[in-house]
Amino acid sequence: MRKIKANQIKDKVKELFLKANYHIDQDLMQRLEDALKEETSPIGKSVLNMIIENNQIASSEEIAICQDTGLAVLFIELGQEAQITDGDFTKAINQGVKEAYEEGYLRKSVVDDPVFERKNTKTNTPAIIYTDIIPGDKIKFLVMPKGFGSENMSALEMLKPADGPEGIVKFIVETVRKAGPNPCPPTIIGVGIGGTADRAMVIAKKAIAREIGCHNKNEKYALMERKILTKINNLGIGPAGLGGNVTSLAVHIEYLPTHIAGMPVAVNVCCHAARHAEGIL
Amino acid sequence: MRNIIKITTPLNDEKIINLKAGDFVNITGYIYTGRDAAHKRLFDLIKKGLELPIEIKGQVIYYVGPAPAKPGYPCGSAGPTTSYRMDPYTPALLDLGLKGTIGKGLRSKKVIESMKKNKAIYFGAVGGAAALIARSIKKSEVIAYEDLGAEAIHRYYVEDFPVIVIIDCQSNNLYETEPPKYKK
Repeated sequence: MRKIKANQIKDKVKELFLKANYHIDQDLMQRLEDALKEETSPIGKSVLNMIIENNQIASSEEIAICQDTGLAVLFIELGQEAQITDGDFTKAINQGVKEAYEEGYLRKSVVDDPVFERKNTKTNTPAIIYTDIIPGDKIKFLVMPKGFGSENMSALEMLKPADGPEGIVKFIVETVRKAGPNPCPPTIIGVGIGGTADRAMVIAKKAIAREIGCHNKNEKYALMERKILTKINNLGIGPAGLGGNVTSLAVHIEYLPTHIAGMPVAVNVCCHAARHAEGIL
Repeated sequence: MRNIIKITTPLNDEKIINLKAGDFVNITGYIYTGRDAAHKRLFDLIKKGLELPIEIKGQVIYYVGPAPAKPGYPCGSAGPTTSYRMDPYTPALLDLGLKGTIGKGLRSKKVIESMKKNKAIYFGAVGGAAALIARSIKKSEVIAYEDLGAEAIHRYYVEDFPVIVIIDCQSNNLYETEPPKYKK
């Protein structure tokens, strides 16, 4: 067993949330630059210019890209030969989140009770943590601060197998159409197909963090991604919803085996500030 | 370069009548912040006929919950939040003389009708351009509901705060007129 101290986990989580909230990845910056060339609407171009300038300011001054610094979502791959010592795994993660949000001037957006009290926990915890156990002795982290303007536009549909790919395309495009300007377009659309209702949404969220411009390895799904992106961009919603031909920057589909009776489809919408960071211990 | 109209707050009918959906506007002067929790409190006071902690007449409310300010900065990143969550409370504020709201995203039919009746404007700020927008916020102070933290009502002094007129007081709505031009 390889020993990893809880404190190291805390420090890594903190480092990654700070990084994700200040710096947009190069692949997304490049995609925004390309979008500026593709966009024909003058208002849309102005909006894209503002977004690009905003991301440059945030990165150079190390301030939050967006004031909604999100719910702290983590996808962790825990090597089964790694042993966590001197502390508690979950507590260490939450402590890392708390320190990042407190010391990094990030907004604390978590309320304790979703319905009645809605009292701010003031630490931006608890984090949303998904853990997979994998071979090896390392711990891999993918952190995603997830804003709720776009999260609120997410949708799940338990389609019938007979609905086929056409039904999936229709549902996803309709979800984006209904969201209109609300999720801060140009968006990135994460899609999870298969598994169960809950698992479909989890893989949809993780799909958002895939490198922009990389398609699913399965050619049939890659084709579906391209087809959906074209249909979305033909909606005319445009940057900030003010009209244009760039409504989404990418559609990322992940899929899983599912039940003979079902075809769950989950759409997790992400704003243009698709923030994430990865690290390994 | 796109022509930018400069306006100062507080607003009045005369300033508002000349603003049309699609205009790029830079706002200078004081504006107030408010989002879900603060709106609920203001609405409860109005329902009870009690006095509000801010004078609403002629003012502009910006739907924002800013990030904390880094030392040396008057304000943290401060982009707009989605406006529809404030829709249930907005007509009551417009009836009291609120002249402008700044946010992002769709508004309800009731809000748009009330804007027409009360001659008010809905400005859009670019969602996610929070670090850029914060540059135009020169001063920030908490005016009411400090216990709400980021959701407290702040008063900002802004210079050339960049917005676009989304819905003007004749109910011309950029979200309805622009996207169809690019629909294929």
